[in-house]
Amino acid sequence: MMVGVTSRILDRADLDFLLHDWLRVGDLLDRAPFAEHDRETIDAVLDLAEQIATERFEPHNRAADLAEPHQGPDGKVVLVDGVQEAIRAFAEAGFIAASVPAEHGGTGLPFTVARAALAWFQAANIGTASYPFLTTAAVNLLLAHGTPEQIEAWVPGMLDGTTSGTMCLSEPQAGSSLADITTRAEPQDDGSYRVVGTKMWISGGEHELTDNIVHLVLAKIPGGPAGVKGISLIAVPRMLDDGTRNDVVLAGINHKMGYRGTVNTLLNFGERDGAVGWLVGAEHGGLAAMFHMMNEARVGVGMGATALGVTGYLHSLEYATTRTQGRAVGGRDVSTPMIPIARHADVRRMLLAQKSYAEAGMALGLYCSRLVDEKDTHPDDGSRAEAALLLDVLTPIAKSWPSQWCLAANDLAIQVLGGSGYTRDFPVEQFYRDNRLNPIHEGTHGIQAIDLLGRKAVMRGGAGLELLLTTIRRTIERAGEHPEYAAALEAALVRIEKTTATLHAAGDPDVTLANASVYLEAVGHVVAAWIWLEQLVAVGTRDDAFAAGKRSAARFFYRFELPRTGPWFDLLDSLDTTTLEWDPS
Amino acid sequence: MNIVVLIKQVPDTWSERKLSDGDKTLDRASSDAVLDEINERAVEEALKIKEAGDAEVTILTAGPDRATDAIRKALSMGADKAVHVNDEAIHGSDAIATAKVLAKAIGTVGDVDLVLAGNEATDGRSGAMAGMLGELLGWPSLTHANELTVENGTAKAKRETDEGTSDLEASLPAVVSVGEKINEPRYPSFKGIMAAKKKPVTTLGIADLGLDASEVGLAGSLVQVDSFAPRPPKSGGQKVEDEGDGGAKIAEYLVGQKLI
Repeated sequence: MMVGVTSRILDRADLDFLLHDWLRVGDLLDRAPFAEHDRETIDAVLDLAEQIATERFEPHNRAADLAEPHQGPDGKVVLVDGVQEAIRAFAEAGFIAASVPAEHGGTGLPFTVARAALAWFQAANIGTASYPFLTTAAVNLLLAHGTPEQIEAWVPGMLDGTTSGTMCLSEPQAGSSLADITTRAEPQDDGSYRVVGTKMWISGGEHELTDNIVHLVLAKIPGGPAGVKGISLIAVPRMLDDGTRNDVVLAGINHKMGYRGTVNTLLNFGERDGAVGWLVGAEHGGLAAMFHMMNEARVGVGMGATALGVTGYLHSLEYATTRTQGRAVGGRDVSTPMIPIARHADVRRMLLAQKSYAEAGMALGLYCSRLVDEKDTHPDDGSRAEAALLLDVLTPIAKSWPSQWCLAANDLAIQVLGGSGYTRDFPVEQFYRDNRLNPIHEGTHGIQAIDLLGRKAVMRGGAGLELLLTTIRRTIERAGEHPEYAAALEAALVRIEKTTATLHAAGDPDVTLANASVYLEAVGHVVAAWIWLEQLVAVGTRDDAFAAGKRSAARFFYRFELPRTGPWFDLLDSLDTTTLEWDPS
Repeated sequence: MNIVVLIKQVPDTWSERKLSDGDKTLDRASSDAVLDEINERAVEEALKIKEAGDAEVTILTAGPDRATDAIRKALSMGADKAVHVNDEAIHGSDAIATAKVLAKAIGTVGDVDLVLAGNEATDGRSGAMAGMLGELLGWPSLTHANELTVENGTAKAKRETDEGTSDLEASLPAVVSVGEKINEPRYPSFKGIMAAKKKPVTTLGIADLGLDASEVGLAGSLVQVDSFAPRPPKSGGQKVEDEGDGGAKIAEYLVGQKLI
């Protein structure tokens, strides 16, 4: 066991800094839901996460990538060895129940701490981690919207790892456009439903890891309203109470670029008489129920991207400090020893860029997780509402910014390793392929962009965006030690205000949304710059290698990255219509 | 049944381990400290006995303040309570002096039936503690057990050696040291971590054990470190030029090292 030693999976010193020195999670422990916990518990949970991630998740990460899931001769899904043991250890330790309230058999950890702990598993083996993560999402959904009978039937098995959960939203013809789903749920006299339809991109849709799988399926009950207002949520277990198999058939397995340890399926519901299911929540209220924890889920995707960014950085950093090649500039004497590549300027640039993206992603994800705790547990109504509003605005950024820039970090990790990085002898190429999913799933980059510009920036008269800018300005007020960065950040905020107003004054929604992705990326980079300033303020006068590293990464971000936003804002301010006017034919 | 499990917090084997220049004892500040892995197997074995019947498991360690972390880990795995001997006077104790402290501390636990320990700590590597404790307590000691059954007042153990397997048996009370192959230790759980905070930990000094400072520590130890030197750097190794006979040369080298 290597707990306590520098890991290549995640940086524990950074997590401790973010959780305690910056986000002060200790302050949460005075609140009733978390009163059982203290610093000792938090440290022990993070130790445990690191240990299980290191010993049970990471060892089969490459094997699961090389031998992707397939159907054996008996039709059953075959996964590599180690997946089941990893998930069992994860469940038995209590990680599925990490942030579930104690009255439902959970541990009631602050969401911020749970998220930090779960990042270890995402970094060690995101393909295996996704099985229990999906189950956790199903538990949260059932606890929020399920009947007492449904909770009793499925949640205990989910918490102990014998039952898993899936989310069945997309269909072959309807992915981002859920209004167009055609799966239907026919009500029966006994109160159950018969579900008929085909669901696509279902992660964990069929496997032998658990005795039962409860599919949470979006379907339309005949006679309901058209579009998304007619969508209901139906729970469809693979196995019925009488021990027979429900009418759910594995129609195919998708062969993916990365994330290959997670079996991703096409499922047919109701090939015979209709799959037996039960309504969760209100009729036609399925989308709201499914998206009840959407902010948390999207922050979780961002954290997955970040975790891969951090582990790629740590792997490439280790390589660069041990791989020797060439000599310092001006050193031509081949009789002198070669130097580690980390001493070459361009390699340093690539390493520092990764650090500046990955550590900003981690900080942003944990900041948003802290907002989840604030909105759920702050004793003051106004503070809870404010946290919820800020979380709403930040969620598309917390999902998309790490998905874009920690993927870029993985690209740089490959570049640092050179030819070795392009081979399967080193793990960085897998990190890149695994991470490439994150700008796609749980709402694509483009969907997040439309969410930010079209909805979040203008909701409640722009109150959400104003709150974000006010919050950033509070940081600027505390950043007297860093006048250069504070001034650059303030200038960027002024640009956000102007550009947002310009885009929404365009008079044509097509024009406004045509460059939504550029808007998301520009605002995202400003938010990342703010997160770096926050970290610098938290570092204070600390004088050690860790603090020096933070200062270097912050400096990099302000010198190399924030200035990129200028041309992006210029483009947005011009209300460019190039893409609208292009004829793809 | 009343079981005592000996645990030791040791410098992480993955970090650089040093002795201090002054008194030539372990430089604890220079490395991360962890619960010795072999101790986790001893705890696991005790918990298996507890789960199979009725037993109370007490963790016992001698160490400084930070050994609390190792105690908490053992308690979070499922042990019931702990005794922590924490006294500056113990600093620098050799194996025999340490055994004296532990034997006295075992005496504070009550009617102990079984003492479980790892067969060898990764730092001191004396591998002698179980034998010494057996001697001091007047109990049989079964060492290097890779299998253990305890029933009807008897402990039966299997010990694997290069020559074969030995079957060992002793009546309780007894001291048993376990080997690497005896089990796969469980992970702590969230519930275990939470419960561990409420489990009693008794802290004792050597006066509580009826020992005098002259009996322990550097002064009370028979073994003294006179001098030490860091491990020499790795040599350049041996280069073999392949002149068409590279395979044979490698085989010759491996034979010379008795590796094949």
